[in-house]
Amino acid sequence: MENSNTAEYNSIDTDDQPHKTVGQVTVDNPRIICRGVNVYYDEKHAIHDVTIDIGSNEVIAMIGPSGCGKSTFLRCLNRMNDTIASCKVSGDILIDDRNIYDKNMDVVLLRARVGMVFQKPNPFPKSIYENVAFGPRIHGLANNKAELDEIIHTSLEKAGLFKEVKDRLDQPGTALSGGQQQRLCIARAIAVDPEVILMDEPCSALDPIATAIIEQLIDELREQYTIVIVTHSMQQAARVSQRTAYFHLGKLIEVGPTEQIFTNPQHKLTEDYITGRFG
Amino acid sequence: MSNLDINHHTHKQFNTELKDLHNQVLAMGGLVEQQLADALAALTDGDRTRGDAVNNNDYKVNAMDVTIDEECAQILALRQPAASDLRFIVSVIKTTTDMERIGDEAAKIARMAVQLADQERPKNNYAEIEHLGQKAQQMVRDTLNAFARTDAEAALEIAQKDAKVDREYEAVLRQLITYMMEDPRSIRRVLDVIWAARALERIGDHAKNICEYIIYLVNGKDVRHTHPDEIAHELSKEN
Repeated sequence: MENSNTAEYNSIDTDDQPHKTVGQVTVDNPRIICRGVNVYYDEKHAIHDVTIDIGSNEVIAMIGPSGCGKSTFLRCLNRMNDTIASCKVSGDILIDDRNIYDKNMDVVLLRARVGMVFQKPNPFPKSIYENVAFGPRIHGLANNKAELDEIIHTSLEKAGLFKEVKDRLDQPGTALSGGQQQRLCIARAIAVDPEVILMDEPCSALDPIATAIIEQLIDELREQYTIVIVTHSMQQAARVSQRTAYFHLGKLIEVGPTEQIFTNPQHKLTEDYITGRFG
Repeated sequence: MSNLDINHHTHKQFNTELKDLHNQVLAMGGLVEQQLADALAALTDGDRTRGDAVNNNDYKVNAMDVTIDEECAQILALRQPAASDLRFIVSVIKTTTDMERIGDEAAKIARMAVQLADQERPKNNYAEIEHLGQKAQQMVRDTLNAFARTDAEAALEIAQKDAKVDREYEAVLRQLITYMMEDPRSIRRVLDVIWAARALERIGDHAKNICEYIIYLVNGKDVRHTHPDEIAHELSKEN
């Protein structure tokens, strides 16, 4: 039985096999529109023809076994894959009707609009204040010190960190606890006034309490931002997201309302993954 | 063969827990079925001893209900089941509640049997109750089989049969009312018979509920409080 399962899972890896995502891929108020996105690392076809809308003010969780392409896809959304020479992206990814892979696209500006938080907190080796001030400075968002202070205050506040650090803004960001560092990174992303925040397993290095704080924060941030979160914790996906997308071997297998995906998924691969039958 | 796939989790211990739970539900179902059969036999045979035995055994059904619920709570807390596993746990919790009620109704019939055992027996030897009882028994048996096989189609067919049990109950009721009108001295005795008939009708309802949980388990659709014909229509749209 196990062998036949393996055969079935591998069979969807073939390129010639047409693949259709199960569930509603479009939404009424999309913030990012992805159509036929393919990603190659040299010869390796890492993402197969992914079509999906990311809705405004929604938290969408990307789940799937290791190597399924969820992080690769996430990194397409703000062109982080540009930094990898062998990586080629095709298809359309539109924000406000504009393809972000356009030649004329200002990538630095794009990454301000589509911010990112990584798996391990990675504050700059600078003070807490400077960590948050860095973005607004390079993007010229503040005209004077008072305006910059204001941005830093509100960003730290939104990231739920201000109270804890207000008396030590000049101390190094790296001296904070893991959970605080991750919230500092979220504050840093928020400081440049993004529209979308990408989170690549933001809690995998944190303890349950710090995780709960970040999850609560994600819930609050949704009012103003669109959040795409890649997570290995299915419970986390279930807790924080409104929609869930399941990736398998580079294909978007199923997408749907989170409560439906976790109670009644339509595709066998989704069912097998979230019930712990493989992977 | 069951359609329920509880054998392929990466965590082997989880498979064992789910299989064990499934077996316990079937064991509880078997016990409830036996209780019902004994209660009906006690009534139609006027067998007081058998009626007492059913009443004395009701605690076993209740205890199984509690044990199974505890195990479900444990699995929810420790395994955080999702999708079909979650639906399995939810349907088990609900199924055992209805099974426990079937057990209560069987005990009620047994109590009536004990009371009626000392009284004069009608000429037809409670044939009407026997007939209604057979229908209810068949429904319970089929329901347990459908649960064992996780067979939603069978479950739907059984749910549709509940209307027949209801009609049969109405017919029995009319007949019993006639007896009471013909011979007012029989009222006390016939009232007991009515209680037993009512219990059988309720057993049909509980079996129907369990069938609805089976459909939920298989299709992920909550079909409670929906007419069986409408359920059939809904499910046919999907296929």
